Amino acid sequence: MFSETVELRGHIIDSLILPKVLDQILTHGANFKIGEIKIGKKRADQSFARIEVSAETSEALDELVLRLRQHGAEVAKRADAHLAKAPADGVFPPDFYVTTNQQTFVRCDGKEIEVQPAMMDSAIAVDRKKRTARAVKFFDVSKGDEIVVGHEGIRVVPVQRSTSGTDLFQFINTTIDADEPKSGIIRELARELQRARTRKSKIAMVAGPAIVRTGAGEHLVRLIESRYVDRLFAGNSFAVYDVERALFGTSLGMNPDLAFARGGHENHLRAINTIREAGGISAAVEKKILTGGVIHACVRHNVDIVLTGSIRDEGPIPGVTTDVVEAQRVMREKLVDVTHVLLLATIQHSLAVASMLAPTVKTVCVDIDPSAVERAVEHQPLQSIGLVTDVEPFLRELADCIVQAGSVSRAKK
Amino acid sequence: MRELLLCPPDYYGIEYEINPWMSRARGAETPLAQKQWTELHATLSDLDCKIDLVPPQPKLPDMVFTANAGLTVGRKFIPSNFRHKERADEAPHFARWMEEHGYDVSWLPNDLYFEGEGDALFCGDLLFCGYKFRSDIQSHRAIADMLGCLVISVELVDPRFYHLDTCFCPLPDGAAVWFPAAFDDYGQRAIREHVAELIDVLPEEAMHFSCNAVVLEHDIVLPEGAPKLVAALHDRGYRCHELPMSEFIKAGGACKCLTMFMPQRASV
Repeated sequence: MFSETVELRGHIIDSLILPKVLDQILTHGANFKIGEIKIGKKRADQSFARIEVSAETSEALDELVLRLRQHGAEVAKRADAHLAKAPADGVFPPDFYVTTNQQTFVRCDGKEIEVQPAMMDSAIAVDRKKRTARAVKFFDVSKGDEIVVGHEGIRVVPVQRSTSGTDLFQFINTTIDADEPKSGIIRELARELQRARTRKSKIAMVAGPAIVRTGAGEHLVRLIESRYVDRLFAGNSFAVYDVERALFGTSLGMNPDLAFARGGHENHLRAINTIREAGGISAAVEKKILTGGVIHACVRHNVDIVLTGSIRDEGPIPGVTTDVVEAQRVMREKLVDVTHVLLLATIQHSLAVASMLAPTVKTVCVDIDPSAVERAVEHQPLQSIGLVTDVEPFLRELADCIVQAGSVSRAKK
Repeated sequence: MRELLLCPPDYYGIEYEINPWMSRARGAETPLAQKQWTELHATLSDLDCKIDLVPPQPKLPDMVFTANAGLTVGRKFIPSNFRHKERADEAPHFARWMEEHGYDVSWLPNDLYFEGEGDALFCGDLLFCGYKFRSDIQSHRAIADMLGCLVISVELVDPRFYHLDTCFCPLPDGAAVWFPAAFDDYGQRAIREHVAELIDVLPEEAMHFSCNAVVLEHDIVLPEGAPKLVAALHDRGYRCHELPMSEFIKAGGACKCLTMFMPQRASV
């Protein structure tokens, strides 16, 4: 929302100018907040009101303010943000402003510019000529870039709680503990994802290796096949476990289908070698070397796979981005248009993704570790649900709901 | 005895178009205009008014409409800041004349448009001020500061009734004649809340500039063409003097526009 503060002075009560201005704000689809009001005590005393007007777009706000000025509203003078030049590549000036992930505006030459994208723990670089403001990380900044310093001229608009009666996230913004029922929420989540699908919103899954190890991979495959996954974010381990499971029936040497069966740990390394030998994941699918599993389903259904590495990785399997700065850049790029994210059994990737999300992205975090869930959802306090549970029953139930609903709707047609 | 300022129509004519009434193609007939103005002058003189004449100036045809010279309260004169450049040069002539005649001239900031008594009329102890077409609402605040009175600002919405004195006429008994459709809803509500009694003018009579009347205690001088309003005023005990004003209505003015009270109020 774009906003401007206007002031009204004069006999605004007796002349009904104050109610007229407030009514005009509302009838033009904008909102107001009265910051200050002083009513004259004696008959000839003038009154004063300071009103913050907010509208969806900068143009709508300008047009409205122009209209209000006709009725005596004057735009309150607000300070511009202070800018300082970056002293070197990758270095912010002292006292640089640190962003949250909330919608943020910078006042420059008397007008507000929205910071794009809304990204936490960044600085803000302003291009005065182009009238743009962008959230930048250290590696994005070049010597001489103009960076916002201090807090003046900055306005942060927290995400409002949804008022839609059909929105699951309106009711639940908390963590469901291990001993609490989850079926109802999972059914609601399935409906929310169905609505997202209808609106052609983008759904991302952030997958941990526990999905494969617990045997939940097949449920994720069902979601992929039902077109409920647009992006898959994971680490090297997830990919390797999934491929090992597809090639040898084990993951890190364990067979999830057999309670006590254990294979050799070497399957893990052989899986990596097979993919390397095939020339990568897609090549392995094409050559029918890799014929099952989550990664295979992603390739077959054109799901974007974003694999990022860590220091402990074996391999890595081809396709993993090992440069962490480059990995962050790719992740951000692939998250720009995402509206729903499921963080599934991976604290490391969940926290990384959660820190990059816009505050409007609806987030579900599933992990067996309560502290992992708490940490992931705290980035999205009004748009997140945490479920403390093993990921396998969660994914099984979610996939059942979605596949079942899909077959019902097909039968109706 | 009321003192009034008039300006002879020596240079009057339709030489530009700054309101919907004006059409250069349909100019005023000069001899007839002079006759109508002379009749107004005679009528007001007969009603025991002291009439002062400000010298007309060439190339300022609308100077005849002295109501737009400014607003006079006691010995204080607040000159107009005309919105249209065609009339802007009138202001120094009026201000000089008022100063020469002993008035204390107080200018508004020059970025605030204000068109004098045309948009500022006392009703009871309240000053009603019209805004949008000619005066800015910001000027009302400045007037309130200068005079220390309560100003009721009302928005004018019909361009044919571009000044307050074309659609609102306070009477000495606390009532007022008005044409409601010339105001927005809030303006109508504000007027209804603050004026004890309102006499509505019919649209067909409003078009004859019936509200543009000079009110002098028990006498009201107004343009002809408003029999219903005249009857209503007669019932309230007023004597009405109906005058032909056709040549001035062509420029968007009539009896009141041709007259400024000196002062409109002795004090506030």
